[in-house]
Amino acid sequence: MGALEAVILTIITASTPLLLAAIGELVVERSGVLNLGVEGMMVMGAVCGFAVSYSTGSPYLGVLAAIAAGVFMSLLFGFLTLTLVANQVATGLALTLLGLGLSGLIGESFVGLPGVKLTALAIPGLSQIPFIGPILFGQDILVYASFALVAAVSYVMFKTRTGLIIRAIGDNHTSAHALGYGVIPVRYACVMFGGACAGLSGGYLSLAYTPQWIENMTGGRGWIALALVVFSTWLPKRVAIGAYLFGAVWIMGLYVQAAGVGIPSQFLSSLPYLVTIVALVIISGNKTLSRVNTPACIGQSFVPDR
Amino acid sequence: MKLILEKRAEHSQKMAVLSPLIAIALTVLVGGIIFAVRGLNPFYALYIYFIDPVMSLWSIEQLVVKATPLILIGVGLAICFTANVWNIGAEGQLTMGAVFGGLLPVMFPEFQSPLVMPLMLLLGVIGGMAYAAIPALLKNRFGANEILTSLMLVYVAGFILDWLVRGPWRDPMGFNFPKTVTFDGWQLLPTFGGTIHMGAVLAVVAVVVLAVVMGRTLKGFEILVLGNAPRAGAFAGFSRTKIVLFSFLLSGGLAGLAGIGEVMSTVGQLQPTISPGYGFTAIIVAFLGRLNPIGVLFAGLMLGISYLGGEAAQVTLGMSDKIAKVFQGILLFFILACDSMILYRIRLITGAKPQAAPAE
Amino acid sequence: MKTKLLGLAAAFAMTLGAASAEAKTKACFVYVGPVGDHGWTYQHDQGRLVVEKELGDDVETAYVENVAEGPDAERAIERLARDGCNIIFTTSFGYMEATLKVAKKFKDVKFEHATGYKRADNVSTYNAKFHEGRYIIGQIAAKTSKSGIAGYIVSFPIPEVVSGINAFMLGAQSINPDFKVKVVWVNSWYDPGKEADAAKVLFSQGADIITQHTDSTAPLQIAAEKGAMGFGQASDMIAFAPKTQMTAIVDDWSGYYVSRVKAVMDGTWKSEDTWGGIDSGMVGMAPMTNMPDDVAKMAMETLEKIKSHELNPFTGPITKQDGTVVGEAGKPLDDGAVLGMNWYVKGIDDKLPQ
Repeated sequence: MGALEAVILTIITASTPLLLAAIGELVVERSGVLNLGVEGMMVMGAVCGFAVSYSTGSPYLGVLAAIAAGVFMSLLFGFLTLTLVANQVATGLALTLLGLGLSGLIGESFVGLPGVKLTALAIPGLSQIPFIGPILFGQDILVYASFALVAAVSYVMFKTRTGLIIRAIGDNHTSAHALGYGVIPVRYACVMFGGACAGLSGGYLSLAYTPQWIENMTGGRGWIALALVVFSTWLPKRVAIGAYLFGAVWIMGLYVQAAGVGIPSQFLSSLPYLVTIVALVIISGNKTLSRVNTPACIGQSFVPDR
Repeated sequence: MKLILEKRAEHSQKMAVLSPLIAIALTVLVGGIIFAVRGLNPFYALYIYFIDPVMSLWSIEQLVVKATPLILIGVGLAICFTANVWNIGAEGQLTMGAVFGGLLPVMFPEFQSPLVMPLMLLLGVIGGMAYAAIPALLKNRFGANEILTSLMLVYVAGFILDWLVRGPWRDPMGFNFPKTVTFDGWQLLPTFGGTIHMGAVLAVVAVVVLAVVMGRTLKGFEILVLGNAPRAGAFAGFSRTKIVLFSFLLSGGLAGLAGIGEVMSTVGQLQPTISPGYGFTAIIVAFLGRLNPIGVLFAGLMLGISYLGGEAAQVTLGMSDKIAKVFQGILLFFILACDSMILYRIRLITGAKPQAAPAE
Repeated sequence: MKTKLLGLAAAFAMTLGAASAEAKTKACFVYVGPVGDHGWTYQHDQGRLVVEKELGDDVETAYVENVAEGPDAERAIERLARDGCNIIFTTSFGYMEATLKVAKKFKDVKFEHATGYKRADNVSTYNAKFHEGRYIIGQIAAKTSKSGIAGYIVSFPIPEVVSGINAFMLGAQSINPDFKVKVVWVNSWYDPGKEADAAKVLFSQGADIITQHTDSTAPLQIAAEKGAMGFGQASDMIAFAPKTQMTAIVDDWSGYYVSRVKAVMDGTWKSEDTWGGIDSGMVGMAPMTNMPDDVAKMAMETLEKIKSHELNPFTGPITKQDGTVVGEAGKPLDDGAVLGMNWYVKGIDDKLPQ
């Protein structure tokens, strides 16, 4: 295996949880909802995924459980913000608090147990191609899922009627409602999709990335996923670019350290965040890029005026 | 069957009073069930959680100390959020306030004079303001989303503090452990009877001043108008960019003050961790207080009680920290949910044709 | 009316709370992380459980977890003191000032602060010489590595971590003077994802053996995937990497905790500084496996030598990274030099943040 190939493989595994959670949140935000509880949904996905895979011995059941946990948490959020029109920022933060506590409680008896790893599922033939084979076709099922989700969300959002409706609701819920679209049901669906993706992302951490459960194992990745969505100006392809870029900056920081260059590690650790800010500024500064795509109704509650 | 919200013609005064009570009642009920399921006496657990923290003088003092930074930051954020400006990075501004203010005792440990205390507080405010100005300027100049830039800067601030206390600012006599010299004399805030420090006074002053500003002045009106009806604000000649900068400087300055206040009292030195996430908790405080300065005062105390209660429950009941977190999450959920009853009437529609909604 | 109500509530609390606490010694713990971190805090809590088990009905324990170093520490410690704890273990360096402050107020309560250096009449300090274990795994690494490069994942540059790196390197150099150690700081005590990334990077840079001063099992799991070898940290992690872990450095506080709580019961408790090594059982080594017999034999010999104080990892002369030499030939460095270590020995491929 070549050195570059190893670097890219490391970057992909580091970026996949960010990508999974961010692509879900992108759909949520496109529909005009801001769910800051990604971290809470993720950590619940991680613990439920681990608990089920450990108990049943099947990592695939674990993946399903992780998704279910994410959806359950997102429904709590949806009920509060969509049905009861509670403030989305505050509810999202409360969701994170609840998720961190609940996951610790569920996971109490799973600390220190070795998990069942979700093994790589190499695609015969294709994975034999030099260089791109192992990178694109030698991964586990969740990495494929992240590729597929980016493509699917990109397609649905911009090439189908469903996507048009979601975007219409996110841009102007009042007129979308006047046109007869069900603002609340569509937003529920989007919030649940976001929950499923965040759960999946948590499951990736506890099943594939590092098969084990320890408290707070998401380590702030949910927040980075949120940043990536804005960084992408709500475009799925750019979410993927952003996630891999973020992963790459982090991994390259480790390489620089291992090479023995005497740069303070704190600087290297903060580099991904600085890069995100700079990228955010560059993209936001370009009016044509950002204006068109920003969901105008983001974070605003909607109550139908029947 | 369907759950329907109807907008009330005006805020329900009755619900404004009732909603927190209903929320607490529901939390007590659900909390009681959780405690019972975990094999604890629910009545005793709830007593420990809510009543015990206000039963002794010591505990009340601790409550005030814990609520001080929450209120200081929360009241600034309340104004910020009212103006529809989203500063999520108060934690970073708190850190930079502590760093700027800490500069004095770290660089000039021998400098002891009554001047030191106000200077440190001032530096703390400046530090918080300067750090908050970054997302404000990025927003005004480039249109960069302030939620994310301010949040990213929290991590960066953490690494700056970390680097300082492990490197250049390390206590030369401290066996190379990551901490600065311990502060003393004028480098610490005066206390009332040993525990409650001057920060509490500053917090109350901030609450009162901002309550007056919001209720009685043109600036407050400007903030309200720009927050609720940006277009009307623009017609009135109010500047959006100015209010963004103002909100960030105000909330950042208060967060910086909270940061230096903590360092000059409970912590007593700079070290890698100086806050258990006050900047984030204060966001919840701001919302619980309904973005009203006086409300923030009560919300800060309320959250303080839930933290102290959670700690007491760990010690007295052997209840894990996680149950405390879950309990807090549930409490917040119920409060947020019940708040919507102030603005809306909730109806269960069972198949029948919905009635005409009252005019908006 | 009001006072009456308050009084009633207090009485209510008393009857429910205090009934069971008669005549028991209460041992209390303050933890910096969650007990579920499977590392530092987890091992302290295992010690607490042993205290409960061994001393049975004579003792009662309590703990507060996730107490941030800083504003919450003093309150948490004082709460325990007020709650009738007889001995309080504060298990993180950052609790030092808070422990001393509370100790001043509660002269009758005994305090035990882990990893600190400030004591008082009712404050003891305790720590373990984890670097002794690291010297041994350094030797094992140098014996078994084919590439002659080890990867070392670390959290924060505090003296304990730095002396660990140095001891590992000195152990390795005692076998192979040209041995190389690559160091990566992840700025976190436990974040399995970050540790896994760091491990992958180190392997791709030529390391074929990995060790860590972070708490998660991730680096070992990655080593297992790559067919490399590694060592456990804080606890025996063999279950996570049955064919990969050669041994592990185990934090075992139980013996110390039991003896200190007993001392409180007997009235023999005195303020002292305990710095326990392999000899005291505080630093445990998991069984040596997955290595050739001769290597295991050598490791056991070193272990015995350290245990009997025949060997001290930090015996002079030691050449620092900058070329200066410390320590007299044949004499170990004094404790202060080890406890405050902020320099690397020669040959480590990294620069310490100054």
